[in-house]
Amino acid sequence: MKIRTIGALMRKEVLQVFRDPPTLVQVLAIPLIQLVVLANAATFDTGATRLLVRDDDRTTASAAMVAELVGSGEFTVVGTAIAPERIEAVLRRREAAAVLHIPDGFEAALARGERSAVQLQINAEEGAVAGLIQQAAQAIVERQGGMPSMLEVRQQGWFNPTRRYKDWMVPGILVSLTTIIGLLLTAQSITREKELGTLEQLNVTPVTKGEFITAKLLPFWMIAMGIFTVGLTVAKLVFAIPTVGAVPIVFLAAMVYLTVALGIGLLISTVTQTQQQAMFVAFFVLLIFLLMSGLFTPLEAMPDWAQAVAHANPVMHFVGLMRAVLVRGAGLAEVGPTIVGLGIAGAAVLGLAVVQTRKTLE
Amino acid sequence: MSAFRGLVRKETLHLLRDRQTLAILFLLPVVSVLLFGFAVRTDVRAIPIVVVAPAPDAATRALVARIAESEQFRLRGTRHSEETLDDAFQAGTVRQAIVLPADTEQRMARGERLVVGLVTDASDPNTGRVMEGYAGALLRRWHAERSGQAPAGGVTLLTRMRFNPTLESVNLFVPGLIALILTIVAAMMTAISITREKERGTMELLLVSPLRPSAVVLGKVAPYVVLGMANMVTVLLAARVVFGVPMRGHPLVLLGASLLYVVASLGLGILISTRAETERTAIMAALAGLLLPTLMLSGFIFPLDAMPRPLWVISHLIPARWFLTIVRGVMVKGAGLVDLWRELAILAAMSVALLGVGIRRLAIRLP
Repeated sequence: MKIRTIGALMRKEVLQVFRDPPTLVQVLAIPLIQLVVLANAATFDTGATRLLVRDDDRTTASAAMVAELVGSGEFTVVGTAIAPERIEAVLRRREAAAVLHIPDGFEAALARGERSAVQLQINAEEGAVAGLIQQAAQAIVERQGGMPSMLEVRQQGWFNPTRRYKDWMVPGILVSLTTIIGLLLTAQSITREKELGTLEQLNVTPVTKGEFITAKLLPFWMIAMGIFTVGLTVAKLVFAIPTVGAVPIVFLAAMVYLTVALGIGLLISTVTQTQQQAMFVAFFVLLIFLLMSGLFTPLEAMPDWAQAVAHANPVMHFVGLMRAVLVRGAGLAEVGPTIVGLGIAGAAVLGLAVVQTRKTLE
Repeated sequence: MSAFRGLVRKETLHLLRDRQTLAILFLLPVVSVLLFGFAVRTDVRAIPIVVVAPAPDAATRALVARIAESEQFRLRGTRHSEETLDDAFQAGTVRQAIVLPADTEQRMARGERLVVGLVTDASDPNTGRVMEGYAGALLRRWHAERSGQAPAGGVTLLTRMRFNPTLESVNLFVPGLIALILTIVAAMMTAISITREKERGTMELLLVSPLRPSAVVLGKVAPYVVLGMANMVTVLLAARVVFGVPMRGHPLVLLGASLLYVVASLGLGILISTRAETERTAIMAALAGLLLPTLMLSGFIFPLDAMPRPLWVISHLIPARWFLTIVRGVMVKGAGLVDLWRELAILAAMSVALLGVGIRRLAIRLP
């Protein structure tokens, strides 16, 4: 590998990017705007649940229970009368998120020391939300009447006591934005030259495959690192994300991780023929990486085989590492193996990209 | 009209000739729906948990046994003190811990108040709340049984999860995935195919033909309408056959909405291509610009009701939001035209507007 050759090739890549201002603006603006906007969208906290109450009992006890629900701040009553046959339509049109039915004789049963039941129908269209509504209602309703329990559970939420979604999501969103931009740029870089015919010109020069891939990787790697750095600064200044652990570890990991992500982009670019193909493949690779990364849905929820498969997903490792270091304060001892693993993966992917590069006409 | 037919024929041949792309276009959506259907779930299970008991006794062992047989938890051992708990939580190997007092058994036997500590990794607030709910319920059952406190009186909450009783994640993901795939296929493919002709100069050739500019654009996007619809049908069939995803409403409503949505996405693609001079810019705008917003602002993953007000307003501008409401309504809730006319009308207005503006802009920019 000749440093001078790589330098010259890199200079060409950098010039090409900077000569094309719209791309440059996009590459910087898209991730930053999206980071600032989307960070606010990433929450399951729906606020007070819109509840419709059908109280057939109309007693002090039933009124007290409804008051408890409202008083907790987790529910708000949007209506009181409803015919049983209309419940489904109300839920279907999202006029209420849940319907509570208190049957006649509710208070009487409680007074006799018997167990009484109330029914809650929840629109389970959005599973995660429905589960949270059920838990909130259960905790309040089952406190009503009966003997006070002798069990007291003292809950402590570690690492994120105020339960801010942003602490958890912003690092993940930043990773996905950096990955999307970096992977797309590299995925189309070689196919673009194939389509424009300029790859042929490079093929007749003495540039080796290794030099070619290195020169394709480095400029985009620097752009991606730039986006990551600016993004992390914005995350800290605008969203005040926690930085419990050492930030240099995160940067070290980002440097290694981006060789993997961009290497995958280059690999896609070497095996596809047109930019259209490359982009479609890149889209699905990104979709799989993002949706199976634990970024949006808990990793533990995946079946065991899928968790095993997810270990091949670099996004999963890097998102996990960012959260471990920034939110939980993990150090090199905990995340070191992950960084080494990413390094090995990066070397393998780039090696594969070099092997796949063709200098001859097919 | 025959010139228009000729153009559609040319575009179709372009698409069909490239077998590799075509195979990718058909296979990847189906593969991804199968993969996500099996793998991506929102329910929390197999929570790694430890029990901290300074002096293990019969009551403690009963609790451990309960946890061991539960599917929601995966027991990561019992400890005598909280000492090394920090490290395990930091590394993420343990996400929850139940801390019992030394005299658990005696207190229960004497009917005294028992205070149990429940430590939860709340870094992900959503999962944290679910984990607390599970552990709390398990502790209450264990306490009621061990202390022989028959729960006299009290209120039971009977819950009915309407429309999706088993909270199947796949029912929620398939509609979102369809929206995402249609967006990308339609918007990105159109944007790429038009900018490619611009970049290579062949667009000029098409525009000096006797066809009007709008006809050129329509001819170019027509094959992608067919392709997008074909994708949507294959994805839906795969989801139905493999996962038994429900189809409670009328399929025609769904097909109509999909057509509107594909047209809206095509319009978006054309609009992008009017601004972009090179394929690179078009790709970045279409993919990088649309992927995450479609994923996060449409209600696919994060509930619309949870968004702060300004974002909630912005989400109204995202076609995928309306499409998703319709798809979920038809498939999961059995909604019909009566329930969905508003969403359908908005989607129709959006597709007309996007396509109209796109075509006008393109015609102006390439005189």
